[in-house]
Amino acid sequence: MSSPLAALFGRELRIARSVGGGGAMGVVFFLILVSLTPFAIGPDLNLLSRIGPAILWIAALLSTLLGLDRLFQADADDGSLDLFIMSSTPLELVVLTKCAAHWTLTALPLIAAAPLLGLTLGMEPAALAGVAASLLAGTPALTLLGAIGAGLTAGLRRGGLLMAVLILPLTTPILIFGVASASAASGGTVPFHTPFLILCGLSLMAVAGAPFAAAAALRAREA
Amino acid sequence: MLKYANPTNFLALAARLIPWLAGAAALALAVGLYLTFFVAPDDYQQGASVKIMYLHVPAAWLGMMCYMVMTSAALGTLVWRHPLADAAQKAAAPLGAAFTLVCLVTGSLWGKPMWGTWWVWDARLTSVLVLFLIYLGLIGLWQTIEEPAQAARAAAILTLVGVVNIPIIKFSVDWWNTLHQSASVFRLGGPAIAPSMLWPLLIMALGFTLLFFTLHLMAIRNEILSRRLRRLSITAAAAEDPEVAGEVFS
Amino acid sequence: MKDYTFYIASAYGFAALVVVAAIAKITLDYRALRRKLARFDNKEQNR
Repeated sequence: MSSPLAALFGRELRIARSVGGGGAMGVVFFLILVSLTPFAIGPDLNLLSRIGPAILWIAALLSTLLGLDRLFQADADDGSLDLFIMSSTPLELVVLTKCAAHWTLTALPLIAAAPLLGLTLGMEPAALAGVAASLLAGTPALTLLGAIGAGLTAGLRRGGLLMAVLILPLTTPILIFGVASASAASGGTVPFHTPFLILCGLSLMAVAGAPFAAAAALRAREA
Repeated sequence: MLKYANPTNFLALAARLIPWLAGAAALALAVGLYLTFFVAPDDYQQGASVKIMYLHVPAAWLGMMCYMVMTSAALGTLVWRHPLADAAQKAAAPLGAAFTLVCLVTGSLWGKPMWGTWWVWDARLTSVLVLFLIYLGLIGLWQTIEEPAQAARAAAILTLVGVVNIPIIKFSVDWWNTLHQSASVFRLGGPAIAPSMLWPLLIMALGFTLLFFTLHLMAIRNEILSRRLRRLSITAAAAEDPEVAGEVFS
Repeated sequence: MKDYTFYIASAYGFAALVVVAAIAKITLDYRALRRKLARFDNKEQNR
């Protein structure tokens, strides 16, 4: 990693950990979503363990995307975004680095928390491992797709909900293959690696494509 | 062709084309409806409910074609930065949403007597539903960004991201559906379709396509006029209060 | 043979409703825009 990007990565981590950064909010939101679901569905552990992977995935999807609308907002507000756009470091790499930092801060703790929450939903050890593995493979794609939405809505007064509305339909494939591989880990008709490898493929495609779209979206803000 | 890229020339062309297109659309739809209700036979399995297909299939067709029109307009916006492409994009999104909605509702009205339920999480229905959601997102984006050129560029990027995604969504929904195969999934229509049913379908599809282009042209014309109005309002505000103008243009 | 009249009528009715609504919206927008633009033209001439 070249040094400006390393500096940017460090800066993102420091900002998120400082007061007002709100780095831990994603995990807390995830925790709340998962704990609320049994209140809606009922305490039946058989049912909960069957739909556990789906609950964890939906919660991960929402907490990843809802935190992301701030990805470029602070930089747009204080002008550092203009510096990124004008700097000699390609904006695509800046976007990728910011996404990596955001993923480290929100998705990694979420992946660590997911098996623990899965225990409360009565899931089997194999299913817990499956959920963690599928989240590890799928959340990069979520973060990167979300970055496109964050780029499109940066600087808008009512950006938050719009971003989710724009991006959530596009996350359908990730959700399908994520939940499928998480469920396949604990038995079922498909072998685990089939949906899992497709999920990895989706993430790789997102890494390859999304930074360009997000950077184009950021540049499109200027006249 | 290039001559009509100029908005003023385009308005003149649109004024000449719209009556003809509208007339042709009305004619094709009238003939199509006549064939549907008085000529086309009932299906031996589906009975008279097959008449819904003459509406459902063209609507699905148009829902997808509209996205293709929007994609070409999006390329026009990003590559040539042409205001006409912006207008074509903006005008297409609500029309696409309308046709997809017709497709979903008619499909549901066909499904109730055929499948016994209003909605089946069938691969096709689900893909069209996601397409409808993408249209809604695009409309939301157009409504949120005030500056028209900026909104056009943002919408163009989202449209192109969607175009890359739609085949993936289609693939994943198909895969998901075979994984959760329900007991009986009927396919809409069938591979072999009798000519007595094909002709009404094709003429209805032609009518819908002409209707789409009529409405699209009219909506593009509106968009050009509304941009002109916006420009005039800003200039007028500038003439009265230079400070306001400075704020608007910055 | 079941009677599908209700479903067929609702399908065609809904499609007609959507198409008429689209035409009405676009036509009304067009008239409103024309009217507003005409007001601007009048202002120009009065000056």
